[in-house]
Amino acid sequence: MVAWILAVGLHGIVTSRDLIHQIICLVVVQSSTYVLLLGVGYVTGGVAPYFYDISQRAKAVDPVVQALTLTDIVVEAAVTALLLSFAVQAHKRFGTLDPHELVEFRG
Amino acid sequence: MTLMGTLQAVILVLVAAGALAVARARDRVRQVLLLSGYGMLLAVLFFTFQAPDVTLSELAVGSVALPLILLLAIFKVDKARDADKARDADQARRGRR
Amino acid sequence: MSQRQRLILFSVAMAGLAACFGWAASGLPGFGNYPGPYGPVILHDAVAQTRATGVVSAVNFDYRGFDTLGEEFILFTAAAGLSVVLRRLRGEREREPDREPETDNSNKPGTSAAVKVPALLFTGPTVLIGWWLASHAQANPSGGFQGGVTLASALALVYLAGEFIAFRRLSPVMLTDAVEAAGAGGFAVIGLIALAMGLPYLDNFVPLGTIPGSVSSGGTIPLISFFVGLEVAAAFTLIIGEFLEQTLLIRRGLWITSRSSWSPGSSPSACMGS
Repeated sequence: MVAWILAVGLHGIVTSRDLIHQIICLVVVQSSTYVLLLGVGYVTGGVAPYFYDISQRAKAVDPVVQALTLTDIVVEAAVTALLLSFAVQAHKRFGTLDPHELVEFRG
Repeated sequence: MTLMGTLQAVILVLVAAGALAVARARDRVRQVLLLSGYGMLLAVLFFTFQAPDVTLSELAVGSVALPLILLLAIFKVDKARDADKARDADQARRGRR
Repeated sequence: MSQRQRLILFSVAMAGLAACFGWAASGLPGFGNYPGPYGPVILHDAVAQTRATGVVSAVNFDYRGFDTLGEEFILFTAAAGLSVVLRRLRGEREREPDREPETDNSNKPGTSAAVKVPALLFTGPTVLIGWWLASHAQANPSGGFQGGVTLASALALVYLAGEFIAFRRLSPVMLTDAVEAAGAGGFAVIGLIALAMGLPYLDNFVPLGTIPGSVSSGGTIPLISFFVGLEVAAAFTLIIGEFLEQTLLIRRGLWITSRSSWSPGSSPSACMGS
């Protein structure tokens, strides 16, 4: 399942000829890591790790991987925004979003 | 299989289909809208994984903030291309005269 | 490298990755029975140690606080880098020779009421929810990250409802920059205070409170969450604002280029006459 999302996203990046399309595929690739982390931490029959109104001894899913995923999502957003600004700048400079054409402008 | 297990399986399949749809879409704006829906599917999946915290985060970031930023960037790139086209057309017209 | 070579290279790399992935996945525990060493320990101790009922927040802002600090600075750096990249772009635009001071808004369609009214209606509740999320990290499934993004999207709603002017008036660049710096700095300073008190960096030094899950419980967790909320909200507002500015400049630029292509040399009528 995780492998599927990863493969679909990677294939999208490799075959794409559009920087923005590649960035969106990178978002898909990243989302596979969330599914992996949460899938690993899940405990059958467990409750969410919030003990506001339930017993502290209730069986709960792993909070550590959830915290990891939480920061993962925010970092993803920041990285995507930064990449997008590069794409916009590249488009401004060279008038194209096709990485194949961008190679010509090296140096 | 329990009710929760069935629900998780169904949403996992939906997420898989969503990922494929996002990666295959060629039109940028359509892709962003698909991404927004995909983010919402992921949020539901995380909810069934008993992670309300991550659900909220994914809803806010994955299906609202990211598509908004992407749409703005796409709009900007498309507009720039239109402007370039208009200028090229103008220059071509003036060149002919 | 041709597209074909690229695909061949990709399939080779993909086969290697798939092999490694399969090998790694075979070592994973089965779905639904996670034997991880840290989860059970934290689940067992977190409420007693931190008086916070939201264990995920406790992990994020207390046990793993140093990591979150680094993560927050990733966001800070990304926002800073983005504004450096895009603002230089803006400088280029502004050197445009014959720049008109005011844009021509007359032919631009206004926002329709069907968009405007719901956007305005939802702005207030969204701000409230964002604030609530950012300040209740210790009790509920919420925290600075979610709250911050929600606050920033409330500002985006203001843009949707009205105009860029209103968005800018509510979030002047100076203010956003300052809030972002305050958010990032506040987090670091909380850690330094602990250091000054002779405790480890980012140690939880505020009295924990007695009732788990109440507003005053959790020690530094709600404080850190609040600063993270500030930082995230400011960073996202900055990012959205920069992109919006770009979009508007292009809109203006389109108008300038369509005008300026006529202006050098002769007027349109002279052009037509020749």
